[in-house]
Amino acid sequence: MNVMDTARGRIGLAVARALLAASLLAAIAGPWLFGANQQTVLTEFFTLLTLAMMWNLLAGYADIITVGQQGFVGVGAYAFFGLTALAHLDAFLAVPLAAIIATLVAIPTMAVVFRLRTAYLAVGTWVAAEVMMLIAGKLPGFGGGSGTSLPIPIVKQFGSSVLGRVEVFYLLSLALAVMAVGSTWILLRSRIGLGLTAMRDNEEAAGSAGVDLILTRVICFLFTAPFLGLAGVLVTLEKLRVAPSASFSITDWTIYVIFIVVIGGIGSLEGPFIGAVVFFLLREYLAGFGTWYLIILGTISILVILIEPRGIWGVCRKWGIPDLIPVSHFRRARSAVIRPLAFADKVPARAERRSHSRRSAL
Amino acid sequence: MSFAPLLEVRNLNVFYDHFQAVRDVDLTVGAGEIVSIIGANGAGKSSFLKALVRQAGHSTGSATFEGGNLWQYSTRGIVNLGVALVPEGRKLFPSLTVQENLSIGWEIGRKGDIALDTVYEWFPVLYERRRQHARDLSGGQQQMVALGRALLANPKLLLCDEISLGLAPRVVGELYAIIPVIRDRGVGVILVEQDIARSLAVADRFYCFLEGEVSLSGKPGEIDRESIMQHYFGT
Amino acid sequence: MLQTILNLLVQGVLIGGLYALFALGLSLSLGVMRFVNIAHGDFIVLGSYVLMAVASALGWSPFVVGLLLIPAAFAVGYLLQRFLLQRTVGKGILPVLLVTFGLSIIIQNGLLETFGPDTRKLSGGAIEIAAFHLGLVDIGLYPLAVFLVAIASIGGLEYLLYRTSVGARIRAVADDPAAADLIGLTSANVYAIAMGIVGVSIMVSACCMSVWTNFDPAIGPSRLLAAFEAVVLGGLGSLWGTLVGGIVIGVAQNLGSQIDASWQILAQHLVFLVALVFRPRGLLSKG
Repeated sequence: MNVMDTARGRIGLAVARALLAASLLAAIAGPWLFGANQQTVLTEFFTLLTLAMMWNLLAGYADIITVGQQGFVGVGAYAFFGLTALAHLDAFLAVPLAAIIATLVAIPTMAVVFRLRTAYLAVGTWVAAEVMMLIAGKLPGFGGGSGTSLPIPIVKQFGSSVLGRVEVFYLLSLALAVMAVGSTWILLRSRIGLGLTAMRDNEEAAGSAGVDLILTRVICFLFTAPFLGLAGVLVTLEKLRVAPSASFSITDWTIYVIFIVVIGGIGSLEGPFIGAVVFFLLREYLAGFGTWYLIILGTISILVILIEPRGIWGVCRKWGIPDLIPVSHFRRARSAVIRPLAFADKVPARAERRSHSRRSAL
Repeated sequence: MSFAPLLEVRNLNVFYDHFQAVRDVDLTVGAGEIVSIIGANGAGKSSFLKALVRQAGHSTGSATFEGGNLWQYSTRGIVNLGVALVPEGRKLFPSLTVQENLSIGWEIGRKGDIALDTVYEWFPVLYERRRQHARDLSGGQQQMVALGRALLANPKLLLCDEISLGLAPRVVGELYAIIPVIRDRGVGVILVEQDIARSLAVADRFYCFLEGEVSLSGKPGEIDRESIMQHYFGT
Repeated sequence: MLQTILNLLVQGVLIGGLYALFALGLSLSLGVMRFVNIAHGDFIVLGSYVLMAVASALGWSPFVVGLLLIPAAFAVGYLLQRFLLQRTVGKGILPVLLVTFGLSIIIQNGLLETFGPDTRKLSGGAIEIAAFHLGLVDIGLYPLAVFLVAIASIGGLEYLLYRTSVGARIRAVADDPAAADLIGLTSANVYAIAMGIVGVSIMVSACCMSVWTNFDPAIGPSRLLAAFEAVVLGGLGSLWGTLVGGIVIGVAQNLGSQIDASWQILAQHLVFLVALVFRPRGLLSKG
């Protein structure tokens, strides 16, 4: 049963892709189509989408589950602040430099933390992020534990009026999201992506077939760093301040992101989109509920993982809906072949070998 | 030595997701009888044994043990009823000692005549190495532990999955010497093997599996070698 | 000066016992079920709040109440594994990570909703302030008692694991759950028992912690990180290693606090990362 087998299915797919393209065009025309409030919400949407894409790339394709990407977001934020407010560089120059700094920080982080595997690695990245946050809180000139505001003159470099700045931030966030999705797509279709698929199916075989496992993981991890850093820049521009707890917030930059990806569908490019939309809708309706909002979000996530671990897009794929953004390397395959790594199907020996740490038990 | 059917399997099909490992198999084993299942790699022999103890994918068909439906029980329940498996690849617990590995078999099975001392009599080398970790044993010794573990559950039906695999002939000889001893105590034995000569030498009856189906069955003395080869390889 | 340093060291060692208690349950769940329970610290905090509620309702000492709650803690761990976490077994590491993550968020916010954000602390009576001198060093009676509880707990768990049949089954399933299932040792049952034991260790930790220091709904994650670091530092697979790991963390924290208050946690994490670089298998590893 495959949607692509019918003429209706193929037309439906074409229409869906056309809609996707149309939305992109509409998004680009945002400043003319949407009001200031809507643009602000969309800016946040695109930022979260970028973060979701990155977490999804690592967790859904590269078998690197991190709980520490908030660290690089914060590094990007603080780097941007430092470059503009302290080093007095031009703001538009500081933006890409912040991304570079985030990537540079990722290198030693990786060197230390990659000594751990699987779940240990996840907590290790969390520790690393905590360290980054604590150090940021000690740096002179950044306002210590409570942070400090971005000086007005720097903000004004992005536009003299509030509306003007809103539009610039909007377009920046859109550009970031498009770059994030586009680059991820290119990466997955490249040899690295092929290596990732091979690693997923059988790590040992992939290794002996010449796929450099370590290099592939390193590249993926470093790939995400600049995007996370840029997200941090955008966040700073939006909040107009840096502070350890806000810039490095695990709730905002990791927990919500994980929820988004899990609910939308891990291991696909469509999943983070869907998840982000669902997330924003939920936020609209649950905004008044305070802590209950998080409790409900947590409960939904648990239910999704237990009932349909591949999320909403996983359900769509089951119904035979092919990927709108195809990543598969096999032209003849109808539905995308890349299954989420994390949910090893019941093929006994392989699943166990991967999920059990190699260290001895007790 | 009674030959009342201890186990009766009808129309067994075993599926792993969409792959069918066993196709429409009928098989019986009597108490005090050694039944051999021979076949090439991937013929479905192992899946058959695992399906009996409900540890293989999804099965259809029926399995009657001592007149009752075997599969109304969980694996633990099946072991308690008196069906014990010596798994393919031994599957010992590497960090546990020999004695601990054996004791687990004794604790979760039926209580009966066979106890730790009995196993140590049959396999004296295990007594010497009883405090060693299972991973430090040779292949043959590990196989003895696996066999001993199953026997300590005092089974009425013993399922042996390729116990000779990877072992030197002398060691296999020691293991196989015990099988008739078990049989003579009234236990039914199913021996799954790729080594045809060894298993047919000791079997009362045999089945030959080919691609998940029974291609040939009978008594070893009654069917010639040529015919068996043909049904083994499917020529 | 020497006196200050010695006192810091001794206090670091003693609080290491508390961290070892946190780490013990995590080590067991890591070693047996091979997963990191992200909500581990939050369960300790939950235990503290339950302890507080019951103790104040009954008007009894938290130590007595803690003892009485131990069977309940076993039951909670058992049921949690049996009916929730068991569904994530054999499916890779992401499901269990995400489920425990979700639990962590739910517990934190549930506690916040129920008890509010204020910090709490339970009163243990006179033992809290009792102390004695040993040369240059002051030794608090309560920290010493907790340290001894930690040693007793580790010893008890070692005995359970290596000298009882329940322990043998737990180690067997930890070695190879599929093999266990094949021979009729139902791994799901054994996992549930192991988590019950983890629940007991969490209750003991909660009892010790809630009298020692302030707690509030948000401190769960920091307990998890400390426990995790103690486990990794001590070496995966080593129960006594968690004591060594806990002591390293305690001492690092105390020495860090000498620089200034915010260096306390930073020192802890840095020591962990440095040790990870030079001795990734831990200080007492068996692996």
